[in-house]
Amino acid sequence: MSEQILETVERPPTTMTSRLDGELMEVSMGPQHPSTHGVFRMNVALEGEIVRKLKPVFGYLHRNHEKIGENTSYLGSMPYTDRLDYFCSMTNNWAYALSVEKLAGIEVPERAEYLRVILAELTRLQNHASLLGFLLSDMGAWGTPLMYAFREREKILDLFESLSGSRMMCDYMRFGGCRVDADPNWLERAKKIVDVFPRFLDEFEKLIVENEILIARTQEVGKLSAELAINAGITGPMLRACGVNYDIRKVDGYGFYPRLKFRVPLGEHGDTYDRLMMRALEMRESVGILKQAFDQMPAGPVMNPKVKIRAFRPPTGEAYGRIEGPKGELGFYLISDGGPNPYRYRVRPPSFINLTILEDLCLGHTVADVMVILGSVDIVMGEVDR
Amino acid sequence: MESLEEIKARAEAAVPGAKIDIVPNPGPANQPSLLIDNGHAAAIARFLRDDPALRLDFCSNATGVDWLERTAKKTVKVKKMIDGVEKDVDEATEEKIPGYLEAVYHLYSIALKHGPVIIRMRTADRAEGTRLPSLTLVYRSAEFQEREIFDLYGIRFDGHPDLRRILMWDEFTDYPMRKDYREPDDYEFEPTPHDEVLEKARKHYAARPQLDGAENITPRNEAETLKG
Repeated sequence: MSEQILETVERPPTTMTSRLDGELMEVSMGPQHPSTHGVFRMNVALEGEIVRKLKPVFGYLHRNHEKIGENTSYLGSMPYTDRLDYFCSMTNNWAYALSVEKLAGIEVPERAEYLRVILAELTRLQNHASLLGFLLSDMGAWGTPLMYAFREREKILDLFESLSGSRMMCDYMRFGGCRVDADPNWLERAKKIVDVFPRFLDEFEKLIVENEILIARTQEVGKLSAELAINAGITGPMLRACGVNYDIRKVDGYGFYPRLKFRVPLGEHGDTYDRLMMRALEMRESVGILKQAFDQMPAGPVMNPKVKIRAFRPPTGEAYGRIEGPKGELGFYLISDGGPNPYRYRVRPPSFINLTILEDLCLGHTVADVMVILGSVDIVMGEVDR
Repeated sequence: MESLEEIKARAEAAVPGAKIDIVPNPGPANQPSLLIDNGHAAAIARFLRDDPALRLDFCSNATGVDWLERTAKKTVKVKKMIDGVEKDVDEATEEKIPGYLEAVYHLYSIALKHGPVIIRMRTADRAEGTRLPSLTLVYRSAEFQEREIFDLYGIRFDGHPDLRRILMWDEFTDYPMRKDYREPDDYEFEPTPHDEVLEKARKHYAARPQLDGAENITPRNEAETLKG
């Protein structure tokens, strides 16, 4: 009976499913999809399974962070910077504090600078670890690598919590120093965690470095040339994966990075595999930096006592300050007109600008590769959309 | 890196007809910038990028600034005849500076590892003449950032390959980052608005009395005081 009905029903022509006529099919990837790392959409034109065009669509998380920053005091924006890249609130705090310190000419005590270095490198560890987990999860290695990565991240978030009171929204740094000092107990705990971190890296690298599937999925996928990367303003591990030696920690020498010895890992091919390995290698360097910082850290105050916290009014002028965040160059551009609020408050978001060349990376690859390439760019939508 | 005066002189020599001014920055950051003229902007940017001594190959940050019309107060010494004697008298003058929009670019050199050199361009005014030349063809990194400036400030970049709104939706009409932006009255208010939100809600529902819930908007405090 049912078969008879099926035969009599007139079916529409199946042009939408079989595209052997060479026409392009438009697919909207996202915004609600786990592999887009938030609410991010890509309008993709496909020829069969091959990407021929790709237009990213932004703004689902837009709340005009910059306007809110202009309508509140300088200090009022500090907790709000946590929400930009919610994985790395410590480095967001540092970039903002650094810019305001440039704008107002504030000195930072030595111990506070070391604390900032320690917290920034811990942030880099947990950001890169979870990125590797997410990327493998995007690739279909469901669960296990992400769990391993999150196990390590959890330890670092616990450290953040006992220092600042919050796991992810730390709001820890202030203009001219840090909010509270780290007690010796905390430092001991941090040292222990850093000491065993290389064990996780060994284990994790064993899982991924020579994995046949991973190599097949990532090598020669999403290649980026050094010229295009520089011209398109790509920063961070993505730029260094193309073999360009540019690390703001070395170039600007902010904080106490010039006193610490570390190497800048460089890639060669600029493909997804290099971008992935860049994170693994940077974590090893971060562990080295942390060990040196723990040894060198002096005693002393963590806050410049001359800085006015209430009624803080920097002199008229403008300043652009930037740091090497885990995702790339994070900068704040501030204009002061002498008032309590910034006249202009601009965030230079690394993951937003790193998406400029997403289309160039994806053209000619399959839909499944788009997810891997996007994962290797390392975006957080809180920062992209602001 | 050479000083801004030297860069200015060399750029003006390399690009015939170009006019560059140095904008001082009085703050402790000491980051003065170059104001370049709109007609030769792309040529000047190309010079800054390709010149072997500068090689500013990396445009890190591009952003807009909105400057409203403002009056600058100045005291000028004027010679005046008072009671037959010539005297120096301070006279307060007010100079009107018309409003304009500004695009600011922070350039660094990855090859030579120096920077920043800051360049800025200004529009003619804030209403009709908000057009600037695009630098996307010189620096690809300006592509999304110029779209963002267009979206939030309303500067139209001539020569941009794909100038659309990027963060706001396409149907949106105003430019939210401008200093005189007023948010549209199209909210759905919560059932118990308070403080300044209550003021807004009252105006909102007064303007549209046909809407449901217009009569129910009473402040909590007033209702409580009425009860005694």
